[in-house]
Parts: sequence; structure tokens; C-alpha cells
Amino acid sequence: MPQIFSRKVNSLPTLTLLGTLAGGVFAVLFVWYYFSPKFTDVGYAPQQPVEYSHRLHVGQLGLDCQYCHTNVKNANHSNVPATQTCMNCHSQVRTESLKLLPVRESWATGEPIEWIKVHKLPDYANFSHSVHTNNGVGCESCHGRIDQMEIVAQAQPLSMSWCIDCHRSPEQFLRPNSEITTMGYDYPEDFLTANLARIVSEDIQPPTNCSACHY
Amino acid sequence: MDKTLAHLADFHDEAPLVKGNLTFHDITEIVSSHTEKKTPLQWYGAFGLALSGLMLMIVMIAYLFWNGTGVWGLNNPVGWGFAIVNFVFWVGIGHAGTLISAILFLFRQQWRTAINRSAEAMTLFAVVCALVFPGIHVGRVWAAYWMLPIPNQMGMWPQFKSPLLWDVFAVSTYFTVSAAFWYVGLIPDLASLRDRATGLRRKVFGVLAMGWTGANRHWRNYEKAYLLLAALCTPLVLSVHSVVSFDFAVSIVPGWHTTIFPPYFVAGAIFSGFAMVITLMVVARKVYNVENIITIDHLEKMNIVILVTGSMVGFAYITEFFIAWYSGVQYEQYAFTNRMFGPYAWAYWTMMTCNLFFPQFFWIKKLRRSIPFMFAISIFVNVGMWFERFVITVVSLHRDYLPSAWDYYTPTWVDVLTFVGTFGLFFTLFLLFLRFLPMVAASEVKGVLPEADPHFYDHEGDGHGADHTLGVAKSKTAH
Repeated sequence: MPQIFSRKVNSLPTLTLLGTLAGGVFAVLFVWYYFSPKFTDVGYAPQQPVEYSHRLHVGQLGLDCQYCHTNVKNANHSNVPATQTCMNCHSQVRTESLKLLPVRESWATGEPIEWIKVHKLPDYANFSHSVHTNNGVGCESCHGRIDQMEIVAQAQPLSMSWCIDCHRSPEQFLRPNSEITTMGYDYPEDFLTANLARIVSEDIQPPTNCSACHY
Repeated sequence: MDKTLAHLADFHDEAPLVKGNLTFHDITEIVSSHTEKKTPLQWYGAFGLALSGLMLMIVMIAYLFWNGTGVWGLNNPVGWGFAIVNFVFWVGIGHAGTLISAILFLFRQQWRTAINRSAEAMTLFAVVCALVFPGIHVGRVWAAYWMLPIPNQMGMWPQFKSPLLWDVFAVSTYFTVSAAFWYVGLIPDLASLRDRATGLRRKVFGVLAMGWTGANRHWRNYEKAYLLLAALCTPLVLSVHSVVSFDFAVSIVPGWHTTIFPPYFVAGAIFSGFAMVITLMVVARKVYNVENIITIDHLEKMNIVILVTGSMVGFAYITEFFIAWYSGVQYEQYAFTNRMFGPYAWAYWTMMTCNLFFPQFFWIKKLRRSIPFMFAISIFVNVGMWFERFVITVVSLHRDYLPSAWDYYTPTWVDVLTFVGTFGLFFTLFLLFLRFLPMVAASEVKGVLPEADPHFYDHEGDGHGADHTLGVAKSKTAH
């Protein structure tokens, strides 16, 4: 009986096995990285209607976050400032700047500036800013070094496992409430012991059950 | 020495498994020719019908995905309806194949060779039909992958304490091992097809046959692999439906919370699986002219299995009822009274008649050897076993503890047509199998022919070698 396949085909089973293995490993790594919010979401930096620079206002001028985002310690939602807040200074400072034209227009017409939301959570995940900022979670922990951003970009994946990581071991991330808005906070050497003591004394128990966020 | 030969003689005194004095070559011809000849018109007819069923299923599933599970008849107490009933029904049917191929193989029941190939194919296709339902019944289908323990950006794992997750593992393992078992068994026959084929067909079967030449070494490896896989499959036959029964038994719903469930489900699964094999084989052996290979004796043996497992299932029904009374738990008692006399009494009595009453006719030899009769009974058993799952799932749920929560479940047209559509899926796959693959394990059937005995041609070449102990004794003295 003549051979159906040539001798070369003998290597086919080995190659198929190796290919399947390599393909499997590749698929896992590919999905691991490219399907993760670390790839899909981190770095999202939409162009805003006004070229507002956090680097200038926070980094160089030293404005506190709460000067504009006033509700961050009092409400679930951390607000974007009204045009009034801008005009507090800009009715006196750089009143002729072209970059500020949309702000002055908004001020004149009463139409709010349509800022674009950067840090998005799904509708089914409830997040409270006040709970976090009053229990030692710094702005920086989630939003990154805002003081260095010309345009605000998403710094962290905001995925569920990222939330859970902190909820499971808050002592790794907490800081004193007085340092909440500090950018580039330097953790002291004994911060772990301090945090562990604080967690006990203030009874900080970040929930990890489903209905803590999904309700 | 004499003792061994005497034993062999006894073995050969059994009725031959293959009728019509077929030779090795006849068997190859009969089995292979169906995959080689021009596709008959009737096949296209049947395939068209099956394919439209499959299309119906796909359309129904698309409709479900678009609209959500609200298009099903589920209501508040009855959160598990047709999807679960159909899932258990199909998984149950998928039990005969592995039982025939693995357990009967280990017990050296050689009559299995005639039916094991098609029964295993049926198993695989039934499990495919079953697997459709857990996938589509979750509501948010895009999250169906949550059933599997895949690392994800939510840092979330499936609930390992839930029998529903055990089910995912049990059924997928069962499918994988059954598929491997089926394929390994196919290899020698695929090689036969390859050797008879030309052109592209030869290449395709060449790849599938994995270089099988029928060498001694190949046979040795093959038999070892087959034995190991049979040993692997055997616990699976029992475990899969046990785990399926845990879906119910682990809960506390009256009518579900029952320790008898695992063995009772396994018996029911084998019962329904054999009924399905009978339904298919009665037709297929006629259409494909393999009546000499799948003989009336084979069918009778399967009918005996149906009788035995049917009686076991019936016994379980009665035990459940007895325990409900004996336990003194009023909820349990009510659950069973409600089955018999409640709003779903029609379903209960359908189940009892089909599963407990009808198979009892198989005590009569004449009836269990009658083709039309066994066909009718096998249909009744299929219907009865579907109703068994309906009774367990729906009837237990619709009236649980609080009368204020009671309701009546009615399936919608989407429920019914999806179920009808799965038969389309099943028969599409089965018809493709019949058309392109050898439906009988030819190499194994040849192994049970008298000619396969190494001593068949001994002793003056009378072709009766070991058959005649007398002849053996004579030749011994002659030496």
C-alpha cells in the first residue's frame, strides 16, 4: 500500500501539540493583558472643553483639591466645580486669556461648561467618596498624581479586583485623614503598625460582600 | 489446559452475536459502504427536517437573548422551568453510551460491540443538547463564563460550595472523557475507511486514523488505552447524574431534599438512555441493513436493562412516597400528596404510567422481542422520563412552604419550541454521524465472531477447533 503522506508529516503531531501549547499560553497572556482594564481603561484622557491644567493649579499654585471639588468629604458624589468657582479668581486674574474664553462665555450666558467625566464606574457599582475620604483613603490612591497631569488621565484600572485588593488589606493603603488631599504622600516607616492600630481603634471594616457596592 | 479449552467451549455454545454467517469482509462492507455510497435522497430529507429543527432552536435562543428570560414561563416560586427539565432530560439520555461502552466492557459483555459506537455517539450529542441549557438559562448570557473558574478583573471565583458548579465540572468532564473514548474506539475503523478510500477522503481519514496500520504494537497500545479509558469512564457514569441530582438534593425544598436522589437519578438516566438507544437503533438497523449485526437478541438485552432500571426507578418513586409519610414532616407529605392529587396530577400520573407500568410488559419474552412493541415502549419511556424531571423540578417548586407564594407554571411557546429545537440539534448531529462515520464498531464486532478465536482453524481445519472438546481430547491422545 503506497504511503498517503510524505515523511515530513511525521513531525506534524509534535508540531500540533507544541502549537496548541504555545497557542494556549499566548491566548492566556493576550487576554490577561489586553482584555484587562489596566490596558483598556488606564490612560483614558479625553480633551476637555477648557484646557484646564491640574499641574499648574495643584502642582505649582498649590490649590487644595477641595477648593473646587467641595463635596468630596460630604457626599457620595464628588462634584466638578461650577463656573462661579473659576471666576472667583479669573474675574481678576488673566481676564483676557483666550484659553479662558469658554469660561467667560459660560459665566455670561449661564450655560454650564460641559466637562467630560474621566473616572467612570458602572451604574451597578455604588461608590461613596465621603466614606473613603473620611476613613483614610487619599485622593491620590485612586486618581494618581493629579498635580503632575496637564490633562487628567485615569491612573488606576478601577476594576473590581482593584477595589477588592484594598478592601481586603486596607492597612497597605490608608493614611491619616489630615493627609487625604496630599499629593505624593510619603508613607512613614511605621505606617503599617499605625494603620493596623487605627483599623482596630476606629473599627474600619471595608466590606467585601456583594451588596456592599451592588445594591 | 483442558479446563481452559472446556471453558472456551462453553463460551462458544452461546448463541452467536452476529447472525447471517457474516465473514470479516462482509462486516467491513456492510459498515463502510454506508459512508461511501452516494448520499441517499431519504438522508437529505431527514437531514433537512433535523436542520430546520436546529434552526428553530437557534432562532428561539436568539429571541431569548434579545428579550431576556421573561419570554419563558418562569414565575416567582417556579424559577427553574423547562431549561432545567430539558438539561436533566438530555444529560440522562447521555448515560447509556458510556454505560454500554465502559461498564459493559469491563464486565466482558460482548454483545455491547454491536451498539457501542452509535450509543456513544448518541451520548455525546445528547450531552451537547444538555449543555445548551445551562448556557442560555443564566439570563445575562454575556456573563456565562462566570460559571468557569477563570481569573478575571473582578477578582471573583465561582461559588465552590454550590452543586451547580460541581455540575459544570461533572458534565464537562463527562463530555471530554466520552469524546476521547469514542474517538479512540473509532481509530481502527477510521483506518479501514482510509484504506478503502481515494483522493481527499483518503487524506481526511488518514489524518483521523493517526497512522494506524493494524500492527501488533498498535493493537496492544489501543487495547491498553481503551481499557484505561473504560476504567476512567466507569466512575463518571455514576458520578455525573449523582452530581446532577445534587442540584436538587442539596437544597431544602420539599420533594428535592432527598438522600435517595443520586442512585435514583443514575438508574433513571440509564433507563432513559437505553430507551433512546432502542428508539434510534430500531430505525437505524433497518434503514442501514445492519439487522444481522444489531440483532433482535441485542435489542432484547437492552429491553431487559430497561425493565430492570425502570423497576428501580419505580421502586425509588415508592420509597420517596413512603419516606415522606414515615418522616412525619408535613411539608414533605404535602409535596407528595400534591404530586398525586394537586394541579399537576396529570404530569405525575403520566410519569408513573410511562416509567413504572409500561416497561413491566418486558417480563413477557414475546413482547420484548417484538420490534413495534419495544419501539412504542421506548417512546413511552422517553416521555415518562421527561415528565419525571418536570415533576421533580416544577411540581416541587410551585407549592413550597408558604401558600401565599404558590403559583402555577405554564411553559410559553418559546419554552416548547426551544425544547423541540434541541431534537433538531440532536438529530442533525446524529445524521451527520450516520452519514460519515462507521455506525458499528466493525473491528470490535469482528473480535466477537467465532472466527476471531485463535483456535478456530485448529484441528484438521474443520473450522470448529475449540468448539468440540471431544476433538481436543482426541488430538491430545493422538500426540
